[in-house]
Amino acid sequence: MAVKNRKRMALTGNEAYAYAMKQINPDVVAAYPITPATEIVQIFAKYVADGLVNTEFVPVESEHSAMSACVGASATGARVMTGTASQGLALMHEILYIASSLRLPIVMAVVNRALSGPINIHCDHSDTMGSRDAGWIQVYTENANEAYHSVIMGIRIAETVNLPLMVTLDGFIISHEMEVVEVLEDQEVQEFIGERKPLYNILDVDNPITVGPLDLQDYYFEHKRQQVEAMKYAKEVIKSVVEEYNKKFGTDFPAFIEPYRMEDAEYAVLAMSSAAGTMKEAVDLMREKGEKVGLVRLRVFRPFPFEELREVFKNIKAIGVMDRADSLNTMGGPVFNETRSALYDLETRPKMMGFVFGLGGRDFPIEDAIHIIERVKALKEGKKVDMVEYIGVRE
Amino acid sequence: MVKSKEMLEIRWHGRGGMGAKTAALLLGEAMIHQGKYIQAFPEYGPERRGAPVTSYNRISDNPIKIHYGIKEPDVVMVLDPTLLQTERVREGLNEDTILIVNSKMQPEEIKKKFNINAKVYTVDATGISEEILGRNLPNTPMLGALVRVTGLIDFDTFLKAVEERLKVKYKENIVKGNLKAIKKAYEEVKGL
Repeated sequence: MAVKNRKRMALTGNEAYAYAMKQINPDVVAAYPITPATEIVQIFAKYVADGLVNTEFVPVESEHSAMSACVGASATGARVMTGTASQGLALMHEILYIASSLRLPIVMAVVNRALSGPINIHCDHSDTMGSRDAGWIQVYTENANEAYHSVIMGIRIAETVNLPLMVTLDGFIISHEMEVVEVLEDQEVQEFIGERKPLYNILDVDNPITVGPLDLQDYYFEHKRQQVEAMKYAKEVIKSVVEEYNKKFGTDFPAFIEPYRMEDAEYAVLAMSSAAGTMKEAVDLMREKGEKVGLVRLRVFRPFPFEELREVFKNIKAIGVMDRADSLNTMGGPVFNETRSALYDLETRPKMMGFVFGLGGRDFPIEDAIHIIERVKALKEGKKVDMVEYIGVRE
Repeated sequence: MVKSKEMLEIRWHGRGGMGAKTAALLLGEAMIHQGKYIQAFPEYGPERRGAPVTSYNRISDNPIKIHYGIKEPDVVMVLDPTLLQTERVREGLNEDTILIVNSKMQPEEIKKKFNINAKVYTVDATGISEEILGRNLPNTPMLGALVRVTGLIDFDTFLKAVEERLKVKYKENIVKGNLKAIKKAYEEVKGL
């Protein structure tokens, strides 16, 4: 996924994300930068203080207010960004739905961190999985480099579809890890994102409109139905924006899923975010032993790419699906449940099992990745496995 | 233990305030000037002054896919020799591991006293930093020792990269002091 002949910078995930925000130079950033938020908006606030961006920075008193301020600003047609994590996202929860139903293309950084309790600030996906039905596009990135580029693509996607979008990166594992990031020039970023063309502007006194009125039995359902259509449209737009970006800048980012060594695979693992990187290494090691195993990395969770998953898994005999969050429904995590549902209509339906791992920042070493592959192999061979297995936990 | 190929893995041990995290970041940033792919990350725990802290580097010619703590490092950097007795420093050591310790002692003495079977090198990083910087900040001199022992980067390229980085945040005399401390440690490391 290397960009050819680009400027290489050593940046943490937080720094990479803030750097993308600087190049985007949004009109408004409203944020509440306190733990469990990460450095992203803190670094960005420094850009504001140093006069490197023209952004109106609104430091508010809570994440609930941060998202509310973003909604207000975005409704004027401004380009609006923010960032949060964990409890902060939970506190934004009710306003997330307002943003998406008003069709406001706010782009937000979410550093994936566990929700309390027990109190924990380390990586898992319980925060954004808790927001999965809020009507936001969700992009999960594997490393700092992908996070950087996904933010820039995210602006175009959100503003084309008129839906809010979150780009996530794994807490600490990526947010606090320095890696090589291959960056674009400021001007390239500006040319790619262009100007926002808003649907409406609540400050336009010549064309007064009402935003956010009561919407009861008469029209609420129609408006929700339109959000579904917007999500369907998002699938087309994500595909075309990622293709355009790759073509323009010589990158090779996948739109929805990244198949890895799937060509002749008999069984496979589905993983997201940084754990997918470790799983790639595990697949390489098992391939050296002659195992016909592959990996699919799920990059976009909302909208859910069920057609792409059906296509990539149609000839696969057994699949293990990894979740860094548990639904506490006694049948595994959300990625497992939705993937199983997506593949139900396949004529050659694969055997499937779920793996919950890494909760609260529990390390996910390569030994555990190999163990998962071995369990999926056992499933393929018809051996007895549990529907959901918990990896790296004391029981 | 599964070992990643063609990658140098370094584990740093210090106490909060000694700069183990900064050392890993400085090294990571310097290595990208050599065209390498790098990772530099602290252990994912609370950071408190005086408490044991760990940080990590991975350095490779190719993009690095894996993301987890390093259990069997090629190089172990010990900023505080009192940590040598702890399990966290000794984890994954073997006869090929390069162990560089901030100590006035000779490498053989360290091996004997702490019963360590590894390639041990020592440098008085605390003495050097107290003499030149007036404080116990052993992280930059330890970097000088690391570059000398491993030869992983051209020394002048390294010094230039550190200077560029430090100058963003610190005054000229502090930058110069750190460079001097790195050079002195580079000269004085024992066990070669």
